[in-house]
Amino acid sequence: MAMDAVEIERLIKEALPGAVIVIEDLRGDGDHYAAHVTASQFAGMTRIQQHQMVYQALRGRMGDQLHALALQTAIPK
Amino acid sequence: MNTTLDNPVINRIKQDIGENDVVLYMKGTPVFPQCGFSAAVVQVLSQLGVKFKGIDILTDPALRQGVKDFSQWPTIPQLYVKGEFVGGCDIVREMDSSGELRELLHSKGIYTKAA
Repeated sequence: MAMDAVEIERLIKEALPGAVIVIEDLRGDGDHYAAHVTASQFAGMTRIQQHQMVYQALRGRMGDQLHALALQTAIPK
Repeated sequence: MNTTLDNPVINRIKQDIGENDVVLYMKGTPVFPQCGFSAAVVQVLSQLGVKFKGIDILTDPALRQGVKDFSQWPTIPQLYVKGEFVGGCDIVREMDSSGELRELLHSKGIYTKAA
């Protein structure tokens, strides 16, 4: 099962208002994405916590509907 | 999904990551990884010359779910150093290229090959 990039972006934006999100469909199959998420909400969090926040935003779809999301998180400068 | 923190699978995970300095929960084995992300972490660890215990979650559905519940992390692979969850493939690769992974291992007294 696949998910489209717009839906991924929508879910992340909903959980992290103001985040800058860049999503790339790595294979064009709607199942392997890379996402760069820059959000001020990440300040003071470990990288694991930052990624967990994004996974939580996807509400269980990660590892299920969505096989692969290469994730990079950052705090805006 | 009724995994609670005192079930046998969770106890086994605690034991494994307690008894081994570096543990990788992965798909397949270090010699025959069954997934590109698991293979990537094996490669990072091998290049650092780090001894680790690879645990294949494909052979055990309860463990596969258990390790996700344990770390609150939805995907495999998962790397643990001295009982602490370090991250999955993306974080491990990022930490490797920035040199943080080597620093972390050294700070925990784990030997790596010279850079």
